[in-house]
Amino acid sequence: MASRAAATQKSEKFPAPAKTAITLVVNGVSRKLEVAPWTTLLDALREHLDLTGTKKGCDHGQCGACTVLLDGRRINSCLTLAVMKDGANVTTIEGLAEGSALHALQRAFIEHDAFQCGYCTPGQICSAAGLIAEGRARTADDIRELMSGNICRCGAYPNILAAIEQVLAQRGEPAR
Amino acid sequence: MNHFAYSRASDVADAVHQIAADHTARFIAGGTNLIDLIKENVERPTRLIDISRLPLDRIENTAEGGLRLGALAANTTVAYHPEVERRYPLLGSAILAGASAQLRNMASTGGNLLQRTRCIYFYDTATPCNKRTPGSGCSAIEGVNRMHAILGTSEHCIATHPSDMCVALAALDATVVVVGRGGERRIPFRDFHRLPGDTPERDTNLGPDEIITAVELPPQGFAENYTYLKIRDRLSYAFALVSVAVGLKLAGEKIAEARIALSGVAHKPWREPEAEAALAGQPPTAETFARAADRLLHGARGFGHNDFKIPLARRAIMRALSQAAHGTPQSQADKRIA
Repeated sequence: MASRAAATQKSEKFPAPAKTAITLVVNGVSRKLEVAPWTTLLDALREHLDLTGTKKGCDHGQCGACTVLLDGRRINSCLTLAVMKDGANVTTIEGLAEGSALHALQRAFIEHDAFQCGYCTPGQICSAAGLIAEGRARTADDIRELMSGNICRCGAYPNILAAIEQVLAQRGEPAR
Repeated sequence: MNHFAYSRASDVADAVHQIAADHTARFIAGGTNLIDLIKENVERPTRLIDISRLPLDRIENTAEGGLRLGALAANTTVAYHPEVERRYPLLGSAILAGASAQLRNMASTGGNLLQRTRCIYFYDTATPCNKRTPGSGCSAIEGVNRMHAILGTSEHCIATHPSDMCVALAALDATVVVVGRGGERRIPFRDFHRLPGDTPERDTNLGPDEIITAVELPPQGFAENYTYLKIRDRLSYAFALVSVAVGLKLAGEKIAEARIALSGVAHKPWREPEAEAALAGQPPTAETFARAADRLLHGARGFGHNDFKIPLARRAIMRALSQAAHGTPQSQADKRIA
C-alpha cells in the first residue's frame, strides 16, 4: 500500500501532460488525432495516421527525407510539432497522385531512374513539388541549390536533376 | 524527445506574461533550432510557449523610409519580398546562402537572431562546455576547433554565431525591436549579440522576459554595390567557415561609405568601425581592400585547426569588397567565384 501511495504521489507531482486533440487536413481529408506536445508532424503522419510514405532519416532537419508540403510550402516534418499545426493542410507523397494517375514528378523520377534505394525519394519529390510551386528555379544551378536540403545517399543527383528539369520544362519554365 | 508542456500565447502581452512567470519555458516559433536542441538534450525546457500564431509576420515600410520585418516573417518570405529584393538585396542574398529551402520556409526572423552556436562541443552533452553548462570548461580551445572563432574570443568560449542573415542585418545597421514587462525597447544590432567574455551562456542582450517583435532596416540598403560571399566546406547547405557581407556607397572614383560584417569568425557578426571609416575617400583598389582586411583582422588569433581562417578571411574580405565595388554580387546559385 505504501508503495502505491508513493506511486500516486509521484504521478501527482509529475502528471503526464494531457494530449491535445487536433485536426489536420492530410491529402485533402480532414483527420482528427490526439497528440502529445512533443509529437512531431513526422511521427503524427507515420505513427498516428499510418502514412509511412514520409520517411524518417536523420530526424534533425539535415537530410530532407521527411519533407512534406504544409499549407503548400515544403518543410521538414521532423522539426515541426504537430500540436502547433492544428488546422493546417498537409500534402504527403501519398497525396500527390490524382487517383491512378501519377504526379508528373513521380512519372519523371521513374523515367529518369532518379533513385536507387528509394528512401529519400518521397522527400525529394515533395521538395521538388515545393520548388516548382515557388517558381524561383530557372537554371540547373538554381535547381541544385534549391534542392540542397534533400540528401541522396545513393548519389542519384544527376537523374533527380534531370527529372525536375523535365517537369519544369513541361510547365513552360525551362531550366537552362 | 524530452517531454514538455505546451501553451499558446494569445498576444504579445500574454507571451511576455507567460515567459516572465516561468523562466524554464521557451518561446517556439519556427522551431528549426529549438526542436533539434531538445532532441539533442541540450535544451530542456519544461514548457514551450507557442508564439507562431501571433500577428507578427508583416513586412511594411517605416515612416523613416526603412523596412520593418515582423519577427515571425519566415526567412523565405523576407528573402523574396519585393522590397527586400529591390532595396536590400544584401539581406536576401545572405538569407538564401543559409540553410535549405525547407528550413528557410519554417525559420522566423526573430528565431534566426536567437539560434545557438553549432559548436560540436555545445551539442555533445558528454563534454564540458561553458555555454551549455557554465563553469564546466571549454572543450574547443584545445580540441577540434576548425570551425571556431578567431576574433573576440575569451578563455571561456571560442564558439561562433552561425547565422548568415544576421551578418547582413549587422552590415545594414538594423534595429531589433523587443517587448518586455517594461514596454518596448529598441536595440541597435551591434548591441544585440554579445561576445563570450566570462558569460558565454548568454548569446544576446535580450532579457529573460522579453520577446522580439520586429527587426527594422534603415533607409540605406546599399542595393547598387553589395555582396554576400560565403566560404564553406561544400557549395550549399553548410555553415560558413568565413562569410563577408559588404555594402559600399561609391562617389565617382572613390568610396563614400563602407560596411563590412563577417561571420564564421566570432561569437557575433563582426564589424570594425575604424576599418570601415578608413575606406571613406579611398579609391576601390586592391591596395585599399588589403588595408581594410588587415584592419578588420587586427588581433585575430587561431587555435590550431582554425589558423587557416585568418588568411582565408583576409582573401574573402578583399574578394567581397571587389565584388561589391564592381557591382557584381556573388550569386547564391552559381557558386563559381569570378
